[in-house]
Amino acid sequence: MDAIAFDRVTLARAGRIVLTDVSAAIRPGEFIGVFGPNGAGKTTLLHAVLGLLQPVSGALRVFGATPMRGNDEAGYLPQTRTPSPDLRLRGRDFVASAFRGERFGLPRLGRDGRREVDWAIETVEAKALAYRVLRELSGGELQRLHLAQALLGKPKLLLLDEPLTGLDPHFQEAAVALVKRIQRSRGITVLFTAHELNPLLGAMDRVLYLGQGRAALGTVDEVITGEVLSRLYGARIEVLRGNGRILVASGRGPVESDVHRHDV
Amino acid sequence: MSIATMFEYGFMRTAFLAGGVVAVVAGAVGFFLVLRQLTFAGHALSHVGFAGATGAILVGISPLWGLLAFTLAAGAAMGLLGDRLRGRDVAVGIILSLSLGLGVLFLSFYTAHATQATAILFGNVLAVSPDTLWSLLGLSVLSLSALAAISRPLLFATLEPDLAEAKGVSLRLLSVLFLSIVAVAVAEASQIVGVLLVFALMVGPGAASLRLTSRIGRGVALSILLALLETWAGIALAYVTDWPTSFWIVSLGCLVYFLSALSPA
Repeated sequence: MDAIAFDRVTLARAGRIVLTDVSAAIRPGEFIGVFGPNGAGKTTLLHAVLGLLQPVSGALRVFGATPMRGNDEAGYLPQTRTPSPDLRLRGRDFVASAFRGERFGLPRLGRDGRREVDWAIETVEAKALAYRVLRELSGGELQRLHLAQALLGKPKLLLLDEPLTGLDPHFQEAAVALVKRIQRSRGITVLFTAHELNPLLGAMDRVLYLGQGRAALGTVDEVITGEVLSRLYGARIEVLRGNGRILVASGRGPVESDVHRHDV
Repeated sequence: MSIATMFEYGFMRTAFLAGGVVAVVAGAVGFFLVLRQLTFAGHALSHVGFAGATGAILVGISPLWGLLAFTLAAGAAMGLLGDRLRGRDVAVGIILSLSLGLGVLFLSFYTAHATQATAILFGNVLAVSPDTLWSLLGLSVLSLSALAAISRPLLFATLEPDLAEAKGVSLRLLSVLFLSIVAVAVAEASQIVGVLLVFALMVGPGAASLRLTSRIGRGVALSILLALLETWAGIALAYVTDWPTSFWIVSLGCLVYFLSALSPA
């Protein structure tokens, strides 16, 4: 059984078609890097996998079932993550707020909850952060606590939306390596959206590249080619390789840094 | 007057009980109000309440119920509008002015009750009747139970709104429920310190406790404790000095808040 199977799926957001007729199958335990220009539908795709958004047409299956909102099988790291910068709340309480946080009642963890929270914090190697307050943490450290929240409920699938945005290159590398270790040790499937290919080159098994309403899934060598990307961008794209790095460039210059500039 | 004789008077005992009952609610609700960065919603609700309170006097019912009706309606509306209120400071401010203006109009129809205007604006805990005390107790039990019931998803949605929504939490429903609870707390607190000074009693203890503790549970407990101490010490100081209770409660609230601001990060 596939972890995620798109069968001629069309997705729309706010009445606008974002992805058309996408078919792709992601196997259990794969690390998939999801790329594409802004507005290509990366977040929309993740939302559909989470069950927050129904396809306009086609069939989407996650572990053989129609995705349901609040499903414990999928851990999610949303793109907008801004706790109040002045908050003097300690890291562990912050992580714990996400443990079965959708249930009514008092926010008591219980023994199972405490064990689960400790496990998630240990898994993201953040034990030293658990007793520090949020306002003292750097972006990369906060990111690890968000990842711990995504791991609560021991999901089989991790959906990470732009986890590298705003991180220094050194922290980007550490974040990718951490996700890779978790994916390996727990054998979970990872969908990791990003703007830049290079930080993910050593970690991902395959690439899902979105653009112009279409999607291409395959290995880096299959997808990151001038021919495929020109079709996805609707413009002439060149792919340059050297030193184990890849530069994707349009006639006007590097595509990725263009994308990045829009984002800031 | 000597503090030893304080509890010999029935009105003082009622004031201590009423102040205590309200302080617990103000402290607990205020903590979440500060955490959610909604403190000015509390301020706005109290202003809307002024029109309700004066309107109630005009039609001959207790100001508490008029206040409650108006703050509840406004709280629910704010919860439903949600993000659409962001950046609408001018519209919100003008509606607040309108409600204060309406309050003035209602009062002018009933000049005999000029002292009641002062009581609504600045509070008069020493004049709380036993009947009102029972109403306050009932409202406190109701609002604290409701807060306890939603506290878990409220905390989740406050710290991680996007993740909470993905997990099936209805942010709008939570917002409406929470602001309704705030509306009840504001109506209650107005009985003690008046609509103009609600901010100090609702926000001061919560803001101070968020600076003094890094745990959620302890933060709520400390916020309640501070609200209780400020209220009771304020009533006692008013008894001794014969200065207004509201002045003392608000001053203690400010003092505690600024002292907490001096605490190391």
